[in-house]
Amino acid sequence: MPVHPDPIDDRCMNNLSTGIGFVLLTTFLASTVEAIEMVTIVVGVGATRGWRATLAGAASGFVVLAIVVAVFGLALSAIPIGPLRLIVGALLLVFGLQWFRKGVTRVAANGFAGIKAGHSDEELAWTGPGFDWTAFVLAFKGVVLEGLEVAFIVVTFGVTANLLGPAVIGGVAAVVVVSAIGAAIQPVVSRIPRSLLQLVVGTMLTTFGTFWAVEGIGVVWPAGDAAILALLALYVLTAVTLISIERRHAFGFSPWRKA
Amino acid sequence: MKPIWSSVVAFGSFWYRFIVGDDWTVAAAVVFGLLATAFLNARAVAAWWLVPVLVVVMVVVSLRRASPHRNFLREAQEEKK
Repeated sequence: MPVHPDPIDDRCMNNLSTGIGFVLLTTFLASTVEAIEMVTIVVGVGATRGWRATLAGAASGFVVLAIVVAVFGLALSAIPIGPLRLIVGALLLVFGLQWFRKGVTRVAANGFAGIKAGHSDEELAWTGPGFDWTAFVLAFKGVVLEGLEVAFIVVTFGVTANLLGPAVIGGVAAVVVVSAIGAAIQPVVSRIPRSLLQLVVGTMLTTFGTFWAVEGIGVVWPAGDAAILALLALYVLTAVTLISIERRHAFGFSPWRKA
Repeated sequence: MKPIWSSVVAFGSFWYRFIVGDDWTVAAAVVFGLLATAFLNARAVAAWWLVPVLVVVMVVVSLRRASPHRNFLREAQEEKK
């Protein structure tokens, strides 16, 4: 009796060869968006209050994130691929649409400008004796809060594409690259066009979320995995059109001219 | 009992804000779209197009609602200054 392979498992095998680039790119860009803010906070706190407690706080934050990724990843790996794609696809779609809308709004408002580093009163220079717990907590909080979204994207995206390893590599690589830039030339980090990155990642999450959620229901996409490119084109066109319309109505000029 | 309940509410509220965000109607539309797709698919009707179309419509509606007079762009510019 011939054995017919499960079509979903078959598709997973195809994804190994065709999806690895998308997974790496999406998790790298998503992690870059949050890492910019994370590094801005850590470098800002370190430069004003001292590095010892700041780096200890940041390192503790990364340990917490690693535990979250490991536990969350193991829990999701136990779910069969069909229901997993429906649930995670729907979550990524809803979550991705948040970034998509924010990206459209911010690129329409600010063009390709970077972020403005905010400084709170707590970031005044530390002159007291002993360990600076304020710097520790600020750095810890910055890493955990900014990193939680990255962990969510890396794990859900990686497990659903059956490529958790490359997803984690993409996430870690982004944090390392942005940290290295932040350590070497701090002002450059705040000039990275975060709004545009957020729009790009929002578009990719919306694309994959749509594809996986609909596929998880049992619907067969016309042209198979090539439908991902068609969805990407549709959402990019939507974003460009909306940015163009919003800017023309608000300012009366082209969307791509720097504000 | 009260502190436990408030922790549960805070935990749920964190995940709600984290995943759904400021416009619940977009999430509701996604759920509706997936249910409708499943319904049509079970009746052998091609429905792969439904969710993408709904996504585009909801993004337009949501942005329009957030900026009824498109003032948000000017406000964002003023904040930037």
